[in-house]
Amino acid sequence: MNFILGILISSIAVTIIVLIPLLGVGAWNLYTLFGIIIPYAAMATFFIGIVVKVIGWGRSPVPFRIPTTAGQQWSLPWIKPSPIDNPKTTMGVVVRMIFEVLTFRSLFRNTRLEYRRTEGGPKLDYEWEKWLWLAALVFHYCFLVIFLRHFRFFLEPVPGFVSLLESLDGFMQMGVLPIIGFGLPGVYLTDMLLMAALTYLFLRRIYIHQTRYISLPADYFPLFLLLALGTTGLLMRHFLRVDITAVKELAIGLFKFSPDPKILSGIGVLFYIHLFIVCVLIAYFPFSKLMHFAGIFLSPTRNLSNNSRFVRHVNPWNYPVKTHTYEEYEDEFREPMIEAGLPVEKGAESTGETEEAESGEKE
Amino acid sequence: MADTPKPEELAGIDYLPPLFRGWINEPAQIRPGIYCYAAKPKNLDYVGMPNAREWNPVDDDWKLPENWKEIILDGIRERLEKFRSFKLFMDICVRCGACADKCHFFIGSGDPKNMPVLRAELLRSIYRKNFTVGGKIFGILAGARDLTEDVLKELWYYLYQCTECRRCSLFCPYGIDTAEITMMGRELINLLGLNIDWIAAPVANCYRTGNHLGIQPHAYKDMMDFFTDEIEEITNIKVEPSFNRKGAEILFITPSGDVFADPGTYTCMGYMMLFHYLQEQGLDITWSTYASEGGNFGYFTSHEMAKRLNAKMYAEAERLGVKWILGGECGHMWRILNQYMDTWNGPPDFLEEPVSPITGTKFENAKTTKMVHITEFTADLIKHNKLKLDPSRNDHLVMTYHDSCNTARGMGIFEEPRYVINNVCNNFYEMPPETIREQTFCCGSGAGLNAGEDMELRMRGGLPRANAVKHVHEKHGVNMLACICAIDRAVLTSSMEYWVPEVNVTGVHELVGNALVFEGEGERTTDLRGEPLAGMEEEEDV
Amino acid sequence: MDLENFLINNRSNIIKKWRGVILASYPEGSQRFLAKEKSRFANPVGHVIDRDIETLYDELVKGEVIDKITSCLDNIIRIRAVQDFKPSHAISFVLGLKKVVREELEGSPVENGLWGQLQAFETRVDEVVLLAFDIFSQCRQKICDIRVNEVKNQVGRLLERANLVCEIPENEADI
Ligand code: HEM
Ligand code: SF4
Ligand code: SF4
Repeated sequence: MNFILGILISSIAVTIIVLIPLLGVGAWNLYTLFGIIIPYAAMATFFIGIVVKVIGWGRSPVPFRIPTTAGQQWSLPWIKPSPIDNPKTTMGVVVRMIFEVLTFRSLFRNTRLEYRRTEGGPKLDYEWEKWLWLAALVFHYCFLVIFLRHFRFFLEPVPGFVSLLESLDGFMQMGVLPIIGFGLPGVYLTDMLLMAALTYLFLRRIYIHQTRYISLPADYFPLFLLLALGTTGLLMRHFLRVDITAVKELAIGLFKFSPDPKILSGIGVLFYIHLFIVCVLIAYFPFSKLMHFAGIFLSPTRNLSNNSRFVRHVNPWNYPVKTHTYEEYEDEFREPMIEAGLPVEKGAESTGETEEAESGEKE
Repeated sequence: MADTPKPEELAGIDYLPPLFRGWINEPAQIRPGIYCYAAKPKNLDYVGMPNAREWNPVDDDWKLPENWKEIILDGIRERLEKFRSFKLFMDICVRCGACADKCHFFIGSGDPKNMPVLRAELLRSIYRKNFTVGGKIFGILAGARDLTEDVLKELWYYLYQCTECRRCSLFCPYGIDTAEITMMGRELINLLGLNIDWIAAPVANCYRTGNHLGIQPHAYKDMMDFFTDEIEEITNIKVEPSFNRKGAEILFITPSGDVFADPGTYTCMGYMMLFHYLQEQGLDITWSTYASEGGNFGYFTSHEMAKRLNAKMYAEAERLGVKWILGGECGHMWRILNQYMDTWNGPPDFLEEPVSPITGTKFENAKTTKMVHITEFTADLIKHNKLKLDPSRNDHLVMTYHDSCNTARGMGIFEEPRYVINNVCNNFYEMPPETIREQTFCCGSGAGLNAGEDMELRMRGGLPRANAVKHVHEKHGVNMLACICAIDRAVLTSSMEYWVPEVNVTGVHELVGNALVFEGEGERTTDLRGEPLAGMEEEEDV
Repeated sequence: MDLENFLINNRSNIIKKWRGVILASYPEGSQRFLAKEKSRFANPVGHVIDRDIETLYDELVKGEVIDKITSCLDNIIRIRAVQDFKPSHAISFVLGLKKVVREELEGSPVENGLWGQLQAFETRVDEVVLLAFDIFSQCRQKICDIRVNEVKNQVGRLLERANLVCEIPENEADI
């Protein structure tokens, strides 16, 4: 799959996804379908899909203890072990996982000692090779914050932490940095960062030859989808406002499983586009690489302690295998062993019947 | 290699691919110098592996069984159900590319199919097509493809260009371990009898004679006698190793490479001297000809084969009635001992928790496996001042140390060997930090790829490691590379010969053997290799 | 301006293009990595190309120290000898320099005596190609030697012990 084709296909797919509600709601007034049925269907797919997937993973056992050890093992008392990178205990594993999940520690490991040549000769230097880590981290945290901020629409009264997040997020722009804040009401820092991070994640896919080589349409698609999601969100917030009260009523109705169809027609089509993209995203989730968010918790190279030399690890499907026993071995080599003065179990005289076919070929 | 290039090829190579092509529809070319020879039928037959036959990787016809697709797909299904690692790693890669440039084979060859993520995608694409809804519906758009003979050949070709070193796994945000995927892939192609002979022959030999080289018991003993003589010549000390001795306290197991392949043999002499030295202090240890192999090429075939070979260790320990097992310097042997042995063939209830008979140290970290690494053992001895050492006997050497992938990323033994080296040598320099410890670069020939016919592959793969050695060689005059792996000792020797001919390779216990001062030994003028010691060069000439 | 000055003045440009020629011989998926990854340990191939063609170029222009030329060529070709190249491809990058220089010369203010100088320069390049060929052969030979040595190391001691090796005694050797 060539990357140009991959990008083309993904952008066409996202365009179609935008067009569907545009026509469905804008032209054909299928409010109930796009406002109620599809969101429920998508949510059901999301939850059921994830549960099925995770249970599917969980059903496969972890036969062996195979953590990737990234530090000194626990051995002699005077040798300093590395309790997080080479965890001995569950506690160590928990800390390791927390670092992985909250700080993307493995990605951060990309430290590189740089070697530059200047006029005077070789020079060692550190170059910041952490753009992927930074962009991924920014993207995920912004995504999280934006997700949490949305609770403003789902809950009445608005919970305290949501308001706090909002004011922090907006305050940075408006209060501390009035100039960059465009003077627009309520520009959120996270919105800007999210779009920037997504754009970077997309650009690096094409710019870096290795990722260009490995990227599939399935890699561009979620990025485009998220970009479209962000764009519609920003449009609604700053340019083409929709009826927020109605949206909130709908959302609360949806969560209470008693949506009121009467309010649907009062909301602008842009909202339905936004909502439809969300639906596609969450319905797509369980079937795609986006499942990494759950997978990382189950990853055996990260979530196991390196204790298999002092705590027995049991493989549930361990089965007996055929081995070559010592008796078979001695039967084959008894004579030369005796000749070489190696101890044997049975004396030479009892070997008569075991002189078998194979002993012929070794002469 | 042999084809004469066409003129337009000579002019320069046009690598720009047509718009609609990508790796997924670009079949692999199997090249000499890279691939290893096919497994001989007798070696597969001996251990009962399927589809044993004569075949050749460069032939069009690989003589696959009629239902080969079914076999592979059933094999995948079975492994998805047995290994969470496999199932998970098939699903969650986001193709972020963090692992892409971490593989020594990619770095050395520039072949993009050697990026770990792509190696995994080769198998993943088959998985998607046959086991996921998205792959079935969207096909190539979702990165799915049919299992064809070309796809199988490509998979085979690249599975034998991975040394299962796990360097990629270190950098992956989800810990996806391409080594694990390679292991699954190799199990699968072994269902079709597609092993390479460099792995199949050692497996068959090890099964029959207890070691990879097929050394029969008397020859094993003979070889050790030979070392005894050599040691006596150099040190005037007569060591007396014992074999298959019942009632010994400790069983010693090391890779057979140490007994038969230079320069591992000198490491073996080092062990023998150490054991002899400790005899008076109460060490009661035996070697075994039945379990005379620490390494396990079965591990490069399938989990089952690995388990079958590994079983000999506990079986022999039980037969001899020893208390615990001491393990020599070996890489994948120790990954297996650490992460698999007890699970496969344990629990070894007939053994006792290892305690050093010399220092009384309890090796609590080996409480259930009952197997201690020799550098743990020796480091403990040195710490307790139980060895009289003269590090100046290694003054003719300027050392650096290579962490073997398996002991680094599958165990985490970093300090013990360094501690030993620093106590027996005076000149030690580390290689740059991103090439050692957990980030260590592979020797380029692990996981059964240390054959002769794939020498180009091995040299490319060895380049990143050799490059770092070259750096310390130029900067500090390093002339000796230490390691704790038998494969390393053999293959780094070759890699050095090609890339940095001034540097030799040694095991850690060869250095110990050099430095160990015995009561009443004659003055040494050479090291175990017969090279003059520092300051002794002239005397030698006389 | 004579050719040598021209080559010195346009050094960085020519080297950049020449390097481009070498990198273009690698697959597309890895070119950027080879070109951009600056760490000499993470990217030994790119690093060697970078460093050694510069020195090689300087020595070629000055037409001096054959030892240096040999060692630079050796560094580059030793790597290419174990990569997916046909022998001709492995060393053809040297010839690439001629093309690059001619392209650069086009439309630049160089005086008439140039033709002779250019011929001399190109002859030097040709000589280096021959040298490159020697080095390539040596590298391949080395690989064969290593194979043989390995087999010897692996079983040598064993055969010796088992008296299976039957060497011709010294005194009969020169019959
Ligand atoms: C827990 C640890 C997590 C890690 C280490 C992680 C890491 C990453 C990385 C490295 C990417 C790829 C960026 C690229 O395209 O190159 C990514 C993408 C993405 N992640 Fe996560 N992630 C985590 C959790 C989550 C969670 C909890 C969610 C959301 C619910 C999530 C949603 C996404 C989405 C939507 C993308 C899409 C962007 C893309 O396709 O590239 N991730 N993640
Ligand atoms: S680092 Fe992990 S997630 Fe990223 S491409 Fe490699 S295997 Fe996939
Ligand atoms: S395990 Fe090692 S050899 Fe295999 S793909 Fe990963 S880095 Fe490369």
